[in-house]
Amino acid sequence: MIVDRKIVRFDSLPLDCGVTLTPVDAAYESYGELNSKKNNAILVCHAFSGDAHAAGLSPETGKPGWWDNMIGPGKAFDTEKYFVICVNVAGGCRGTTGPSSLNPATGKPYAMAFPTVTVSDMVRLQKKLLDHLGIDRLLAVAGGSMGGMQVLEWAVRYPDCVASAFPIATTARHSAQQIAFNEVGRQAIMADPDWNEGNYYDLKPPARGLAVARMVGHITYMSDDSMKEKFGRRLQGKDGPAFFFDDTFEVESYLRHRGSQFVDRFDANSYLYITKAMDMFDLAQGGSLPAALEKAKARFLVISFTSDWLYPSYQSLEIVSALRSRNRDVAYCELASNYGHDAFLVEVDEQTELVRGFLARVFKEM
Amino acid sequence: MAAEPQSKDHQPLVRDVLGRGDYAIIGEIVEPGSRVLDLGCGEGELLEWLADNKRVEARGVEISRTKVQRAIARGVSAYQGDIDNGLVDYPDHAFDYVILSQTLQQVHNPLKVLTDMLRVGRKIIVAFPNFGHWRVRISHLTSGRAPRTGLFPYSWYDSPNIHFLTVEDFELLCRDQRWTLERRYFLSGNRRVSVRPNLMAEVAVYLIRSSS
Repeated sequence: MIVDRKIVRFDSLPLDCGVTLTPVDAAYESYGELNSKKNNAILVCHAFSGDAHAAGLSPETGKPGWWDNMIGPGKAFDTEKYFVICVNVAGGCRGTTGPSSLNPATGKPYAMAFPTVTVSDMVRLQKKLLDHLGIDRLLAVAGGSMGGMQVLEWAVRYPDCVASAFPIATTARHSAQQIAFNEVGRQAIMADPDWNEGNYYDLKPPARGLAVARMVGHITYMSDDSMKEKFGRRLQGKDGPAFFFDDTFEVESYLRHRGSQFVDRFDANSYLYITKAMDMFDLAQGGSLPAALEKAKARFLVISFTSDWLYPSYQSLEIVSALRSRNRDVAYCELASNYGHDAFLVEVDEQTELVRGFLARVFKEM
Repeated sequence: MAAEPQSKDHQPLVRDVLGRGDYAIIGEIVEPGSRVLDLGCGEGELLEWLADNKRVEARGVEISRTKVQRAIARGVSAYQGDIDNGLVDYPDHAFDYVILSQTLQQVHNPLKVLTDMLRVGRKIIVAFPNFGHWRVRISHLTSGRAPRTGLFPYSWYDSPNIHFLTVEDFELLCRDQRWTLERRYFLSGNRRVSVRPNLMAEVAVYLIRSSS
């Protein structure tokens, strides 16, 4: 199934920082058909480095979407029953307006002149798009990692528009450890001379810095066990590298490969803006989480994974416990997996069982 | 006794729900449209039945990961956690009914669990296998070993049951705690038991509220 990315341009998007983006593009993909009652729409929110291409095959790259194993005919998010939408986030670099977009005031890319964006700005842009599509209420909002933050934001910001919420492998706010890893990534980019204070769009991009940032990211997405299984201490070549510090181990060459691949599809400034948005995200806004989640009306299905040390289960439990303390409707399951944070992308069977059944019930009750 | 057995008012045979007599009684007790929390909800069969047939707002707590998965796959809002500490988060009287079906004998601290249940529920429904049943007594007397019956089929070393209580034991506790027994039902198979429940009942089901 080849899918098309569509872009809608809106006149403006007021941001939390006080600046209004004018204009703003929202890139999205959709799968399945919106029914006549318009009550079968599901918004899927992508994680930090994802984009609107959640399912099907991209006409440009021929590659499947980031959650293709979960979205499609007969899959967890069954496109024969549901209409699934995914929007590239505000501040992104895959069709939606971000630091690499042209600043109408200067005719050049925004770069560091791009205003700071927040998770709630991302959600506000999605809401604009759904209004544009004539969808008043979502059957579900689902997403993992940063996608899960958007899910939580949706549930409290637009409680009447969300029938069910699926925050997966996520948190209501970053811990010091999560902020720390993001900061290493940002510093790697900014330490690259090619970054040039963000002004590299007509020069060389800060490829080395961005690659290092991505390498750190990938380590945090895996687990000790999954790395052991995938690489162990296996060597890259039989004879060893010509230069002692070339990639000796498979894990080194994997990280280098992933790092350099990332440079081709991701903008370094978007990396800075979006990781900062994640770090700044706090559903409780400094207050109490139960008070924040009290506004939510959705049925929640919270999922975490045993080996996910980047978004550990205790963070999901904080959300669950806050919801329970306000007598909100929440299901919670910690799935067993060795894949670390990546589990939400690869543990298909168990997530499918949970999501399909829960969703069917919510749809029946709509 | 705070309440009389009600078996006279009912058919001696209960139709079963999902193959279980105690579920049928729970189904009879629970008012339509109420909020129900089932502790040890297993795969959520009872909650699904209550949601479908009584339009209840259903929540469950279950320790087993695979059972929680099945329950959620049924659309039941199940939470993976243990009952001994599972109720801490809930506000007072969050539910109309808190159900503990065939699990009381398996929790570490039954009195704490019952007290917690009475805090978060306006009423609680407790069903448990009666260790005072004559078959259990005979099994113990004749074999001289830990009793094994249809009701208590496990060997002592692999039994999930860690407390062995009888109808008498439970009612004594209720009296001591000054809980109000609103209704009680005794079952032997699918048949209601009206005489000598401590000897004749395999399963007891109680509807209780705190007196305060």
